[in-house]
Amino acid sequence: MTAPLIIFFVLAAVAVFGAVSLILQKHPIHSALSLIVVMVALAGLYLLMGAEFVAAVQIIVYGGAIMVLFVFVIMLLNAGEEERTNLSRLATYAGIPLALALAGFIAAAIARSGGYLPAPAPNGALTSTKTLSMLLFTEFVYPFELTSFLILVAILGAIVLAQREN
Amino acid sequence: MPILEHLWIIPLLPLLGSAINGLLGAKWPNKIVTSVALGSTGLSFACALEAVREFIAGGQAPFRKQFFDWIIAGNFRAGFDLQLDQLTVVMVLVVTGVGFLIHIYATGYMAHEGGYYRFFSYLNLFMFFMLILVLAANFVLLFVGWEGVGLCSYLLIGFYFLKKSAADAGKKAFIVNRIGDFGFMLGMFLLFRAFGSLDFQTVFAKAATWQPEAVGQFGTLTIACLLLFMGATGKSAQLPLYVWLPDAMEGPTPVSALIHAATMVTAGVYVVARSHVLFTHAPTAMYVVAIVGCATAIFAATIGLVQPDIKKVLAYSTVSQLGYMFLACGVGAFGAGIFHLMTHSFFKALLFLSAGSVIHAMGGEQDMWHMGGLASKIKVTFWCMLFGTIAIAGFVPFAGFFSKDAILFATYQSEYSGKALYAVGLVAAIFTSFYMFRLIWLTFFGEKRYDEHHVHVHESPGSMTLPLMILALLSLVGGWFAAPALWGGPNYFADFLAPVFGNAEAPGGEAAHSLELTLSIVAVLAATAGLIVAWRMYSGKVVRGTSTGLHKILYNKYYVDELYQATIVGPLVWLSRNVFWKVVDVGMIDGSVNGIAHGTEAVGDTVRHTQSGNVRSYAVWVIIGALVILAIIFWPLWRPAFFVATSGGVR
Amino acid sequence: MVPTNYYLILSAILFGLGIVAFVFKRNIITLFMAIELMLNAVNLAFVAFSQSLGKPDGEVFVLFVIVVAAAEAAVGLGIIILTARNRHSLNVERVNLLKL
Repeated sequence: MTAPLIIFFVLAAVAVFGAVSLILQKHPIHSALSLIVVMVALAGLYLLMGAEFVAAVQIIVYGGAIMVLFVFVIMLLNAGEEERTNLSRLATYAGIPLALALAGFIAAAIARSGGYLPAPAPNGALTSTKTLSMLLFTEFVYPFELTSFLILVAILGAIVLAQREN
Repeated sequence: MPILEHLWIIPLLPLLGSAINGLLGAKWPNKIVTSVALGSTGLSFACALEAVREFIAGGQAPFRKQFFDWIIAGNFRAGFDLQLDQLTVVMVLVVTGVGFLIHIYATGYMAHEGGYYRFFSYLNLFMFFMLILVLAANFVLLFVGWEGVGLCSYLLIGFYFLKKSAADAGKKAFIVNRIGDFGFMLGMFLLFRAFGSLDFQTVFAKAATWQPEAVGQFGTLTIACLLLFMGATGKSAQLPLYVWLPDAMEGPTPVSALIHAATMVTAGVYVVARSHVLFTHAPTAMYVVAIVGCATAIFAATIGLVQPDIKKVLAYSTVSQLGYMFLACGVGAFGAGIFHLMTHSFFKALLFLSAGSVIHAMGGEQDMWHMGGLASKIKVTFWCMLFGTIAIAGFVPFAGFFSKDAILFATYQSEYSGKALYAVGLVAAIFTSFYMFRLIWLTFFGEKRYDEHHVHVHESPGSMTLPLMILALLSLVGGWFAAPALWGGPNYFADFLAPVFGNAEAPGGEAAHSLELTLSIVAVLAATAGLIVAWRMYSGKVVRGTSTGLHKILYNKYYVDELYQATIVGPLVWLSRNVFWKVVDVGMIDGSVNGIAHGTEAVGDTVRHTQSGNVRSYAVWVIIGALVILAIIFWPLWRPAFFVATSGGVR
Repeated sequence: MVPTNYYLILSAILFGLGIVAFVFKRNIITLFMAIELMLNAVNLAFVAFSQSLGKPDGEVFVLFVIVVAAAEAAVGLGIIILTARNRHSLNVERVNLLKL
């Protein structure tokens, strides 16, 4: 049991715990906070793997912007506890088994085919900010420009949607 | 111009006339329709005469020409082949000649009827099919004509289609004929299977090499002949399929004369005569033909004894005379049968046309008990009818004597219970004479049993009396072809047909000759007996009694129609209504079609519930879809061996 | 070192939990959060592969995923706000106008 392994299990447990909490909480704000916990745990895992840039982006963008947006919206809409309606019989009865089947399937597939990949290790210069940005602006410049366009559209969309009808 | 090379012109001309009148005649005045109809038929008759002349000039060699291939399937070939031999000559001349005369008559008879153009269109169409029938050189083409004349018979019987009884009679004729045709077709199939072809030439040549089958043995030829005869009983109104002919009197009288006396009903006799090679090799079939013919002759004659309707008497008389023709064929005297066919067409057409003239004079009345004393008023009709009656009764020197005498003589000599058949035939002859003279006395003599103020008796116009007179002349002289045989000379008619029928019917020697003379005298005496009885009963004052006992049975035609209705027609109709309609059509066919619709509706109704608008359900469906795709992609992975511990697991 | 498989299995578990959350929660916003959870699980897998194989391309892709998730969140939450105003309810089962 080496140190990385212990840290991995701890962080994994936290992530799973947060995800389960997201499901079990009744109030959406609690679910949002659980999701933040998951994201922080994942950031820790990224660091463990050696992807520090991604970890930083995860915290800043995901945790700091998106989740904050979620919390703002929950507060804006004054969302209360969830109603206990159950109009979909299919979801009620087939939901868990199917979801578990899917997850189990994927996990089993992974476990069966394991052993070919080397363990992730911090690769230093390979995944440094510099390398990533070089890639981003040379090889992936086209998707990069598209995503900026996408963000523009999203901003416009958000503004249009939020307008009051006059 | 060589007509023989273009034999198809003879049937084609009436077809053209029929088409022109049928398609264009609706708006034309009667004169134009008449000229088209008479022109086509008359030209056809002229062409037939010319063809006969060429035939005789060419040494009477049988002529056969294949015009075009109609059906070619594997080894089977049925072509539009026409032939002309001596038998065809007789038939063609009878059909076109008598047909032409009847057309002329019909222009007068139908002059004031609606649908004039339609009548002549159908009549010409009938001529076309009948000529196809007699000119055909193979069974298939003959059958085309056979069916076609059945169709025209239906159309013409039901000519007054607004009258229910006429429409029913047309249906009855067609359906009863169809039953016979079923047998005919089976016979044709059997012949094809046995001989590999349906050409007359091929079939008869091959059949001639076969061993004649023994009496009582039902070999291929016997069964085929019996089946062909079944068709003949339908078309020629023999027992048991004769029931349509009396009802067919619903049609206009020219139709009764042409189709149900002179030509269509003789098609059965023609087929039997044409297939004489087959029949002579199947004695059992010949025996059946003779017995059926004889039985029909006496059966119909007995019914005719008491009928009040003038046309019904003639109808039963036709059935009876057709029985004589089949009797002749059954005992092997095919030439005599054809001879009687020819003379019968003359005097029966004459009788029917005269009856039509009487009905025309009486303004539509057909019941003889409402006639009487007409002889002085419609002289021409009376004399013509008298000629016809004398001919049919069989008095010397009229045509009927020679032909009936030939038949009875051949019957007497036949080795298959010939004497018994002869006796029955003789009794039928007595009855024939009786009912015909009964008709004469009831109609033309005695006191008038009709109201003079309502009925204005007048002679028919020239267009009707002229054919009557021509036919009367033919009834007198038509038999003179065979006359010289009486005093030992040649029988020209039989000699003419001898190349077709092989064995000459010349009786050999003096002993046979004196036997023939004796039998002729007996026949004349029989006819006279009938005449005398009729004279005693129906001349002078006549009282119509009530119908009881035997008279009632005969009057109601032995209740045969009722019997058929109860045993065959009734159950069939019940079956159609309750099984085929309610169960099969409504239940199964409609049910399955409607069932498909209901099924689709039910399926739709069920599947509809997947569109619930609920996002959670949709999400589950997405998961299911993803699982299916993954399962398909990873199939090698999740075979049952998968869940056992594997290599490369978690370290 | 932690084997790659462990990360991948964790990713699968988180993904499955995200699906369960998506199926079972009725609040629209919570549904959205479940989607974010699933995206995060996939990000984890990307990064694990990227580090394991020594190619930075996976991490660049993760950046794109995060950007798209951000845009999606912005627009999606805008729609949620409008829907909540119109239907006066945050229960996804009440938004069933497409029902047959």
